Amino acid sequence: MAREDDKAEAMEIDGEHQQAATTAVPDDFNADYLRIYYGKLFPHGDFFKWLSYGNDGKHPGCDESYVGRREFSFTLENDIYLRFQSFDSVAAMESSIKEKCPFKIDIGPVYSVDPAKRHAYAQSGNNVFVPVERELIFDIDISDYDDVRYCCSGADVCIDCWPLMIITIKILDASLRDDFGFNHILWVYSGRRGVHCWVCDSRARKLNNEQRAAIADYFRVYKGGENTMKKVSLPGAVLHPFLARSYTDVLKHFFEDKLLLSQQLFASEERYQKILDLIPDENVASELHDKWQGNRRSSVSKEDVNATRWEQLKSALQSGKHKAQGLRRCIEEIVFSYTYPRLDMEVSKHMNHLLKAPFCIHPKTGRVCVPIDPDNCDDFDPTTVPTLSQLLGELNAAGHHTDSENDWERTSLEKSVRFFRASFLQPLLKACKEELESAYNAKLQQSKNTLTW
Amino acid sequence: MEIVRSHRQLAAAGRGGGGGGGAGGLPTYRVAPELEVRLEEFELFAIDRLRVLKGIADGLSRGKRPEEMEKLVKELWKAHMRHHDPAETLNKDIISHFVLRLVYCRTEELRKWFLSMETTLFRYRFRLESPESQRMLMSEFQLPYKALPHLEFEAVKDKLSQVARTIGQSATVESVFFKVPFEEVPDLVASRRVFLSKGYAYVAMSQVVSLVVTQFRCNISKALVLTNRKWTAAIKEQEKDRLTPIVEALSNAYFGPDYSQPKDAVEISLKDIDQLAKTSFPLCMRHMLEKLRENHHLKHGGRMQFGLFLKGAGLKLEDALAFWRAEFSQKVGSERFDKEYAYSIRHNYGKEGKRTDYTPYSCQKIISATPGVGDHHGCPYRHFGEENLRAALNKMGISGHPLEDIMDKVKNRHYQLACTMTFEAAHGISCDTGINHPNQYFSESQKVLKAKNQAVQSQAMT
Repeated sequence: MAREDDKAEAMEIDGEHQQAATTAVPDDFNADYLRIYYGKLFPHGDFFKWLSYGNDGKHPGCDESYVGRREFSFTLENDIYLRFQSFDSVAAMESSIKEKCPFKIDIGPVYSVDPAKRHAYAQSGNNVFVPVERELIFDIDISDYDDVRYCCSGADVCIDCWPLMIITIKILDASLRDDFGFNHILWVYSGRRGVHCWVCDSRARKLNNEQRAAIADYFRVYKGGENTMKKVSLPGAVLHPFLARSYTDVLKHFFEDKLLLSQQLFASEERYQKILDLIPDENVASELHDKWQGNRRSSVSKEDVNATRWEQLKSALQSGKHKAQGLRRCIEEIVFSYTYPRLDMEVSKHMNHLLKAPFCIHPKTGRVCVPIDPDNCDDFDPTTVPTLSQLLGELNAAGHHTDSENDWERTSLEKSVRFFRASFLQPLLKACKEELESAYNAKLQQSKNTLTW
Repeated sequence: MEIVRSHRQLAAAGRGGGGGGGAGGLPTYRVAPELEVRLEEFELFAIDRLRVLKGIADGLSRGKRPEEMEKLVKELWKAHMRHHDPAETLNKDIISHFVLRLVYCRTEELRKWFLSMETTLFRYRFRLESPESQRMLMSEFQLPYKALPHLEFEAVKDKLSQVARTIGQSATVESVFFKVPFEEVPDLVASRRVFLSKGYAYVAMSQVVSLVVTQFRCNISKALVLTNRKWTAAIKEQEKDRLTPIVEALSNAYFGPDYSQPKDAVEISLKDIDQLAKTSFPLCMRHMLEKLRENHHLKHGGRMQFGLFLKGAGLKLEDALAFWRAEFSQKVGSERFDKEYAYSIRHNYGKEGKRTDYTPYSCQKIISATPGVGDHHGCPYRHFGEENLRAALNKMGISGHPLEDIMDKVKNRHYQLACTMTFEAAHGISCDTGINHPNQYFSESQKVLKAKNQAVQSQAMT
């Protein structure tokens, strides 16, 4: 019966816009569409399995209260916030999401007690309501790069500045795996202007705030608020292996082969002056400035002016008379300034920060917060991410099939859900099971030992 | 530890009693020692140790480098904690530590400060110990680390030397390394002073202090919470005629005034803020007010630093809400303001959440902030570029000699001195106490201006 109702609803939407392409729905975001999305497409099951981390009641060693102590926060239409929601089963979560139809779902930490019952514990005086576990998370917003991109500003993003996000994914992903030894990392498009990262290894979930801050600081190169000119300084005789690897593997190539041109970094006096300001030796800077100002006319050669000027800057800094360590390092500092990831540090440092859940729909763009494959992140294009209306259109176009088990299989969300399952969820759950198993066995062993003893 | 009134019977019992004096006499303070303490010494020893901790706090807020801190700690210790009898020195060390635990266990803020200063003190004292006693202390903390086997060492040797060179050491690598989970050396990870691989940090013998300090900090942190429980449950009442007054006086005498409540019921009103900013706000707060007026927005760090300052200066909650709403609503609309921002303002005034009445930030806290993109908080003397700082000081009417003197202090990382000199230049009066809190800057400035006003008035009368 419910199926029939759903169908009727979808048909109606289709009907409204018969004149346009038969499958099109208006490019808007509204509660009605969202309701259908939550009803038919949102992968409730996979989502809940993820946050249960294997504690789903099947293994004798699992912690059945685990997922029920997780905070969810819903933002309803008209910016009404419902914090400290919690669910102890996928059915409870699913029905709440369908009923409340949140414009945004945020995920908070796992608390010591069920967050929905926190007031009951508050009386006891001692602070028993505290966060105890949380994924290590990172939030990167492209609006934090406004001083180094000229194609867009604020919340806008295009294919010319998106590479800044690709750089972030490549650098953090490599370091989280190689340096910190994490394996279960989920990258998600934030739906509009950036990316989110969820590190889900149990070791990561158990980090305390100080350890989280240490990791965030390890990644922090870009410094110093709005009031310093030079935001990146790289002291020391050589770069730390992590920074050196980031530079040679990622930053240098993106700067020279992509951003230099796409952002036209040296195209006008205002722009190159900003780069020259990063050179500590005023003589070198003014020499270059004069040279570029003078040859404005002659620069109509085939060579791109940005590439030419970058080469000139490099050779000026590397030339014999400026062999001083500081100036050579300056090339790296410029590249880091224009390319290196800029994290929202506060999000990563504390356990109790909320972060938008994957597979939400961004209310401003209508785009789905889809997972990004870090191994193929070069191919990710934010402008082609499925939108809510597109998905509903596809659903309508596919008509009512009974052969597919899930409705999402008939839309372009399929790729994202399959990726989430195969590349993230399955390996994660396998590791969770193994950990549960070994912890359980160790406990058994221990109780056995104490018995015989 | 038993506190007695006066007869002299001090045994050097600290050794066996868990004070844990290493070879060089660096105790780990794990168990309160079995010894008697005279009441006078109870207080005097504590004051001496507080002098050391205060000195450390000053050093940190000036952004001193590790080598400078090491020297500072050595000097402070020598100046205040030495005793002609070495056995007494150890006793004094242990007694003063446990007394201050009582003093500083009583609020979250006090615990945080004490923990941070004691940890810093321990860190630099550990560095001054001989390798032999360092190893003894490691085993006392039961650090089960085995040095890296030769084969494994050879495999990562190049990376280790690379890291050593980034922190200004020579490329020839030390030979003893410990491989530990990165979680155990957060400070080394944060400053990229270790090589990391697959979740392990390679810690050099010379960095082992970080491992030990993590343990030390953890122990003291737990102990402070326990002490607090005992204090509120029993000691405070039992000792209300003897120790309690001493303990309470000690925390006030040296921690500096608490600016969470405006002093003497001073109130500032909404309409005066801009005028007061011009005459009496320190640069960090002037700057944030200016940016707030300009952008109708301040990011979280700025709202905290500036909002708590205004609270401390005497802005009432209702006025604070009106003040922030007036600006933010121009940018985000008053509806969004009420939903997203009003909560945290009430929170700061202790009306939401944990209902803690939050204390305005001290200079030390502000200086150690790490402002990011779009942030305007922090200490201008520390976080502004030179050009911006000069421009900002010019705007306050400071130029010429005073300006150069200030910039000189900044270059030497004496940020609070630079602020003090700015105060002096702006008010034309010397400030002997020095500035260590933005609210202190404000109240001192108000004092000076009131005195001037009165002088002018009485002159007009005659």
